[in-house]
Amino acid sequence: MSRETLFNAALLLGLIAVPAWAVMMDEPFTITLATRAVILALAAAGLNIALGIGGLVSLGHAVFFGIGGYAMGILAHHAQSYTPLMEWPFLIEGTKFMPVIWLLAVVVSAVAAFLIGLMSLRTTGAYFIMITLAFGQMFYYFAISWSTYGGEDGMSIYIRNDFPGLNTLVPIQFYGLCLAILVVVLIFTARLRRSPFGLALNAARQVPARVEAVGMDPMRLKLVAFVISGVITGLAGALFADLNRFVSPTMFSWQFSGEIMILVILGGVGRLFGPVAGAVTFVALEHFLGGITEFWHIFLGLILLAVVLFARGGITGLVAGKEATHD
Amino acid sequence: MSLLSVKSLTASYGVSQALFGVDLDINPGEVVALMGRNGMGKSTTVKAICRMITAGGTLEFAGQNLHALPSHKAARLGLGLVPEGRRCFCDLTVAENLLATSRPGDWDMGRVTQLFPRLGERHSQLSASLSGGEQQMLAIGRALMTNPRLLILDEATEGLAPIIRQEIWSAINRLKQDTDMAILVIDKTLAELEQVCDRAVMLERGKTVWSGAMTALTPDITERYVGV
Repeated sequence: MSRETLFNAALLLGLIAVPAWAVMMDEPFTITLATRAVILALAAAGLNIALGIGGLVSLGHAVFFGIGGYAMGILAHHAQSYTPLMEWPFLIEGTKFMPVIWLLAVVVSAVAAFLIGLMSLRTTGAYFIMITLAFGQMFYYFAISWSTYGGEDGMSIYIRNDFPGLNTLVPIQFYGLCLAILVVVLIFTARLRRSPFGLALNAARQVPARVEAVGMDPMRLKLVAFVISGVITGLAGALFADLNRFVSPTMFSWQFSGEIMILVILGGVGRLFGPVAGAVTFVALEHFLGGITEFWHIFLGLILLAVVLFARGGITGLVAGKEATHD
Repeated sequence: MSLLSVKSLTASYGVSQALFGVDLDINPGEVVALMGRNGMGKSTTVKAICRMITAGGTLEFAGQNLHALPSHKAARLGLGLVPEGRRCFCDLTVAENLLATSRPGDWDMGRVTQLFPRLGERHSQLSASLSGGEQQMLAIGRALMTNPRLLILDEATEGLAPIIRQEIWSAINRLKQDTDMAILVIDKTLAELEQVCDRAVMLERGKTVWSGAMTALTPDITERYVGV
């Protein structure tokens, strides 16, 4: 068993043990923190597919996070106010049923990722970063001006959405749901990386011209990866909105896109559990350093600098060494 | 009908014209050598055939006009390129390099490792850690995994140790004997080309100046156009 597998197993064990301890000690806030870490890890796991495997440095992933958040917010808002979402040409009502909310979040994120990817993937390098950033800002300012759903102030949701068989108001049950989704996404990512598609995407990141010469379209490979990536981040957005019972335009902000990228870099770009390691570290720093000083981001910046300069594989690389061959 | 038909091929890099009229035909199962001194347009011809640069003239593969296709679609018709300089996918293992490009057909991982047993021995090793010769074998294997009808080898033995070159030539020979795949070889080693190829096409200053059976090559012709 490689060091990385052991490290991943330890992380997963921690994600089970800490909330279990919090339940025993009656520490619901710890569970909320863990839920936040898991949801952020999910958002970063989405970006990790585009960035880690496909080499797509997207500074606009908050778009999908925000779309997921607003999908939840809008449906729940109409459910709690008993007003229809639309009446013509057919009646659509709000809902607080999580699977329906997730479905909407996933579909709208997929469409947005497809359209954004179609335009932005024609460029590379700094231009790609700038285009994705520009899309992020477009959505951000749209959300600010969308007064129907709170505009700049955002929108509070007074209900917790339902999932069959669970009482999602109980923190540990909602946490379990989020963790299960994260595990499913990580298993999917592991399989994707080793699939012919994942290998071709990896190859397209390294030498696009060679991939083309063997009959594959790098643009199509990257577009599919971008859509998958957007969908996962969108789903994370819906869960995040449910956790906070609040959505606001900041979910679309470029700062948040940067934050998701920091999670991936901190944990280890392209490493399977990198987003998890990054998100857990980020939330722990936010909680502990944030309690000492409101300028805790300075310390985060220093840590990020150290990682970029001295630990290219992020925390995962530092603990588990270089990635093992994929045998 | 020819598998590949190239007539009056022209190509430029910006304002500088590199090809002025290349003519080249390859039939199924035929092994053709594309020869000429450095800078005469051999690799540019390959790039034009594989649609990696825009070109003029007639360019047909299996009866289809290649000009109408982007590079990846041209490759899907059955053009398997082993590019100059190998360029393996370094972050992937040997097996992953092969799987990444695989398309349905007779050539699979087992058959490739039969042709190059070294690749089988190193299947889980990162390709960046292979020797130059092994990387070249991997580049050929990667092209074979696409199940091409025409395999194009651009300087496949350049800069390799004699023993590895021998291994690669012997593999090309086996491909010629055991398959009906057409092969276009660009190389400078005349002795090996004479043993493997059916025909030769000579380029000089971006133009076809001689073409004929390998047996018709005289020292005078090779001296004049290849310098050996």
